[in-house]
Amino acid sequence: MLREAPVIPWPSRDGSRVPFEVFTRADVFAREQEAIFRGPVWNYVALEAEIPQPNDFKTTFVGDTPIIVSRAEDGSLHAFLNRCAHRGATVQRQASGNARQHKCVYHQWCYNSQGDLVGVPYRRAVAGMGGYSADFAPKDHGLTKLRVASRKGVIFATFHPDTVALEEYLDEPLLAAIDRLFSRPIKVLGHMRQRVRGNWKLYSENTRDPYHAALLHGFHATFGLYRTNQRRVGGSDRARAHSTGATYGDDWRQAAQSGNIGQDKFVANYSLADPSLLEGRPDFNDGVTVSITSIFPCLVIQQIMNTLATRHIRPKAADEFELYWTYFGYEDDDEQMIACRLKQANLIGPAGLISMEDSEAIELIQRAIVRDGHENSFLEFGGLHADLGKDRVGEATIRAFWRYYAGLMGLSPAGGEA
Amino acid sequence: MSGATRQVYDDIRALEYRYARLLDDDQLEEWPNLFVERGVYKVIPRENLSRQPALPIMFCDSRAMMQDRVRSLREANVYNLHYSRHVVSNVEILSARDDTYEVAACYTVYQTDLEGQTRLFSVGQYRDVIANGDGDLKFREKIAVCDTFNIPNLLAIPL
Ligand code: FES
Ligand SMILES: [Fe+2]
Repeated sequence: MLREAPVIPWPSRDGSRVPFEVFTRADVFAREQEAIFRGPVWNYVALEAEIPQPNDFKTTFVGDTPIIVSRAEDGSLHAFLNRCAHRGATVQRQASGNARQHKCVYHQWCYNSQGDLVGVPYRRAVAGMGGYSADFAPKDHGLTKLRVASRKGVIFATFHPDTVALEEYLDEPLLAAIDRLFSRPIKVLGHMRQRVRGNWKLYSENTRDPYHAALLHGFHATFGLYRTNQRRVGGSDRARAHSTGATYGDDWRQAAQSGNIGQDKFVANYSLADPSLLEGRPDFNDGVTVSITSIFPCLVIQQIMNTLATRHIRPKAADEFELYWTYFGYEDDDEQMIACRLKQANLIGPAGLISMEDSEAIELIQRAIVRDGHENSFLEFGGLHADLGKDRVGEATIRAFWRYYAGLMGLSPAGGEA
Repeated sequence: MSGATRQVYDDIRALEYRYARLLDDDQLEEWPNLFVERGVYKVIPRENLSRQPALPIMFCDSRAMMQDRVRSLREANVYNLHYSRHVVSNVEILSARDDTYEVAACYTVYQTDLEGQTRLFSVGQYRDVIANGDGDLKFREKIAVCDTFNIPNLLAIPL
């Protein structure tokens, strides 16, 4: 069923060399849609808090395929293609809403909140014209359904029949990371979007790379929000597809200490003219001020101080993706807490004081790798060990990503042993 | 013009134009001075207006906070190298009361890269509250609501 794998020389089994052409080739992108996004993985699609009521829906994507995520009349969750089973039109044109039925505007095929076909105009011929034969069975013409699973209100979907159970796919300590952030009911505060002219995997790398924060993001280092000498614990699932890291803060506003990577970014006595930006109060009593969880292939869940968000990586083409942020707080937030979350939103997103650099770094790569696709990026920082728990300053987590990716894509070194 | 005089309208337009020019001339340090001390500046993606309070992607509620934003841009942040061009049009006074004016305007922001290529970066609407103190018009509030809520790459220079 899978189309022929594109021929890409895959230079290293350990993931320490990645040919640039995996970021640029349209045939690689097309293959990824089948082998990865429609492969045996769970794709993040939405938060339950975005569709709390019966018949609530949201349109989103699995890879570049448009889908509808919906809560049916009975409260159950569903996901199905947003592509009419008649002749392929987009069925639901709204970004989100509440609808008992999704009606295609073209010839008005009508689907219920589970994606089943429930109405076809002129199904019986009128005066001998139009109509379908007597054996036309609406149940055979519903919207293609995906399997859906939710962990603490984080909804995932899969096209593949063989995808393991969500809990097994995520594994510890990823489950613990989700359970921690979604331990109480959340409240969605809004969205942020950015269009990045770069390959989606450059963002996957970026969020599995804890040490770039101190080097690239000047605001971090300048204000001591993130220092590489802070205590950090990292973890991964058995398959090493995902990663999660938590950084313990002492005082959020404490100045950087010596012995940091990025130390040169620290300007002595530099302080905010209006420190209210960093005011907040801990959401958790475990002392963790930053946690970044990357779930293969397309989800990042973040807590940075009081900013809580999912980031959905939505690939659009080999050289373009959308980064879609869903920013949330908790249902029991008081007014003061909501105010401080809205203010701290300054830190993240497309205009984020500590995040705007990421998309720029990605565009800088994409712009420069137009040629020499067989040449490789070099991933050996911190040595070639595979201990992700010790990957505070290193590239082991990125190498693990590439090994998992290569496995799904059927890439291996030429003449390599099994 | 909601009871505002021709002179006030001209002054408001001049303030809007000056705002645009200071940003385009890279006089970012001057930008906060167009606001009152406790002025509010927000950039709100249009899709967020359906929830209140609407989630902004940039949010300052004091001149000091705007100065911090500028200082971060100067000293800490890395962003795409470009020239920006803010075009302000359709300036309309919606209400005038006690020397305070609610103003709506359209903005268009183009970005030009270092190879001289220009692209449309953002269009949207300014929703402003402009106060007249000592004959000097200043923004009490400026909210840029982005029609272009899918931000190309990133947003560094204020809209
Ligand atoms: S394409 Fe949808 S009804 Fe014809
Ligand atoms: Fe980053």
